[in-house]
Amino acid sequence: MLALSRRAFLVGGASIAGGLCLALRLPLAGAAKNATAFAPNAFVRVDTDGAATLTLHKSEMGQGAHTGLAAILADELDVDLAAVRLVMADEDPAYYLAMGAMGTGGSTSIRYSWDALAQAGAAARAMLIAAAARTWQVESAACRTAVGKVLGPAGQSLGYGELATLAASLPVPENPPRRSPADYRYIGKPTPRVDNLPKVTGQARFGIDVSLPGLLTAVVLRAPQFGGALDSFDAKAAERLPGVRAIVAIDAGVGVVADGYWQARRAAQKVTVRWRPAALALDDAGIAKALAAALDTQGSPARRDGDVGAALESAGKTLEASYRLPFLAHACMEPMNATAHVHDGRCEIWAPTQGQTRARDTAAALLGIPRERVTVHTTYLGGGFGRRFEVDFVLEAVALSRAVDAPVKVVWSREDDLAHDFYRPAALHRLRAALAGNTPTAWQHRIASPSIQRRLAPDTVKRGVDHTVVEGVSELPYAIPNVAVDCALVELGVPVGYWRSVGNSGNAFVVESFVDELAHAAGEDPVVFRRRLLAGQARHLGVLELAAERAGWGQPLPQGRARGIAVHMSFGSYVAQVVEVERGQRAPRVRRVVCAIDCGRHVNPDQVAAQMESGIVDALTAALYGEVPIADGAARTGNFDSYPLLRLDGTPQIEVHIVPSDAPPGGCGEPGVPPLAPALANALFALTGERQRSLPLRLV
Amino acid sequence: MTTLHVNGKAFELDADPDKPLLWVLREDLGLTGSKFACGVGHCLACLVHLDGQPAAACLTPLGAVGSRQVTTIEGLPADGSHPVQRAWMELNVVQCGYCQSGQIMAAVALLVRTPQPDEAAIDAALRGNLCRCGTYQRIRRAVQRAAALAREV
Repeated sequence: MLALSRRAFLVGGASIAGGLCLALRLPLAGAAKNATAFAPNAFVRVDTDGAATLTLHKSEMGQGAHTGLAAILADELDVDLAAVRLVMADEDPAYYLAMGAMGTGGSTSIRYSWDALAQAGAAARAMLIAAAARTWQVESAACRTAVGKVLGPAGQSLGYGELATLAASLPVPENPPRRSPADYRYIGKPTPRVDNLPKVTGQARFGIDVSLPGLLTAVVLRAPQFGGALDSFDAKAAERLPGVRAIVAIDAGVGVVADGYWQARRAAQKVTVRWRPAALALDDAGIAKALAAALDTQGSPARRDGDVGAALESAGKTLEASYRLPFLAHACMEPMNATAHVHDGRCEIWAPTQGQTRARDTAAALLGIPRERVTVHTTYLGGGFGRRFEVDFVLEAVALSRAVDAPVKVVWSREDDLAHDFYRPAALHRLRAALAGNTPTAWQHRIASPSIQRRLAPDTVKRGVDHTVVEGVSELPYAIPNVAVDCALVELGVPVGYWRSVGNSGNAFVVESFVDELAHAAGEDPVVFRRRLLAGQARHLGVLELAAERAGWGQPLPQGRARGIAVHMSFGSYVAQVVEVERGQRAPRVRRVVCAIDCGRHVNPDQVAAQMESGIVDALTAALYGEVPIADGAARTGNFDSYPLLRLDGTPQIEVHIVPSDAPPGGCGEPGVPPLAPALANALFALTGERQRSLPLRLV
Repeated sequence: MTTLHVNGKAFELDADPDKPLLWVLREDLGLTGSKFACGVGHCLACLVHLDGQPAAACLTPLGAVGSRQVTTIEGLPADGSHPVQRAWMELNVVQCGYCQSGQIMAAVALLVRTPQPDEAAIDAALRGNLCRCGTYQRIRRAVQRAAALAREV
């Protein structure tokens, strides 16, 4: 077992000889022990014994952020990635950078941090060189580095550790020279993941694995209806069960606190609770009606090009269609959980969180203490997908720790997780398009959806438009002279939140399916049609052509097989996918997915591919199964039996091709998701002749 | 008192025989490599071996383990030198990693049973293990790679 104190919490396999450590930052302990350590910024530190520590400021939830960030720092500092210590940063404004907060999302970890981290590594390296130059009485320009050492013009050599004390006394340069990309050992190469070893040995510490002296475990009973509230509860029978410590009311519901999870869960089954009903308690039919009504009666313009009305009026041929999207759950493999210890006017939090700053600020507000008295440590995350940007589970732990005056870990069940999510919004889209010959002249697109941003970022909702509702639609890249996009925001009483690729996931399904409809209406091959309308969009075209070519688009397929294609830009990256389906004995089967991505400059091509594979499987799961039914204002979900995920035997062959590019870096965590559903729907249309305009798709 | 044999060691436990093995491992023995994700055997993030046979620790009451040897992910080499672990690292299979203990233990059990599994055998043996990051394709390849590495030993 790893020793664990409140200050030093090891996340990774620190005890493994020769292995890479991943530890939470030890804020003061290390500095006190070693006052001469060289730590020119919040990311790099070199101790006098030569040990280098790189601090990572993004949550590792599978997307490989730690591997990429460490590579950037290690390459600019010129150290051996296998020999450095990696530390996950606690919440601190030093790590806000371009985000303005500490958090992980929007596929930004690499693209928003690359310059700052390269600068941090380069500054440290320049100072170590300057220290060596001063020691040897030579010019800095005459020195160079070689993996943890500075080499001088006469063959001198000093290790970074030997230079640390002197380097620490030198000024931090404003514009340190960057290393030549030709000298990089990691960037641009398929560097192994830095978290491989702890994750194949069971040593990686997730939030649910946090252990503290005197730690209690809690489960929470929550109102089944969204917006429901606690009326009263009877815990007499539950309190008598062994291991039960307290049963208390908190904002979220009733917390059952016990020595362990099983005792808490067993006791929770014996608690009887009366809930006050929710004000708005819709079901699926009511939701469909509310969305349709919103499209009939309201709408705010998100984009206006030309005169869509006139173009539709005068068109020789028009197409109309409605598309429907269901609510989707995140279903992270690690159920929601967090650990908090409120004591002596302070609060310490250990959480698998994507939103460190939000967690710290909201915990401080809940407790009525300054944020300086709240510490947020980030563990590994067993999946995030946007769900862990929310802080509901963190605040439950904080409230329960305060209530029972002990450290408390709150652990959700899978049933809790699926029933109390912030879902991807359900939406209704209504489209009309005009064709003149085989060329579209108008695209009218109206979307009704609940708004995520009204809750999470109300300042960004302008003139009735939530940009997440229309993203990927208002950027319609096709050369169509008349475009109108409208947004109707509807309150349905169901909590909604960021779900991997946010609005893009559903909107790409609608746009790229309808483009396919237009291509067929125009009597043109879907690739030829898109190519013509994307003539000015070089990066869209680049991935479209690459995916089509590698998938053998246009080449004959055996009987009973068909292909579909889609292309979409999101988070600064361009992705096209070709899905190949095969008629099976009972149902069509997805055989193969060919993916092309242009994400600009990238750190790790293997991890770019891994994120495309991940996005494709995620999106395929959603396209085939994803649907959260709502009845009487509550999610009708259970466990994985009623919310199935794709399994190994349903996984198609996936090929990823990366477009070489020097463009600024784009994101990778999310852009693999959006094109999959429409490419699949388009393939099913090619196979069956039936156009499916509602998710999830039926494989019949 | 119950005697539980885990990773070659015997533990004397004063725990409720109804308590699932998963929570005994995680909370009483501090072996947190086996994960809780569904509690009903649908995802196998908790997969351990009982006398070498794969089992869902979340569905196995402590009292039902008896004298059988429990092997968890912590029972594999801590330096990652098992062929399955080596293959997993070589192919960078893991993403969030939460399901991977169960995936790896399922793969280890498969390769004992079937040293050279074809794709269909791998799919059949590991279809019970959910992965939300979608590492499936790499899992499939890593099991084949592990089979090759095991032959080299």
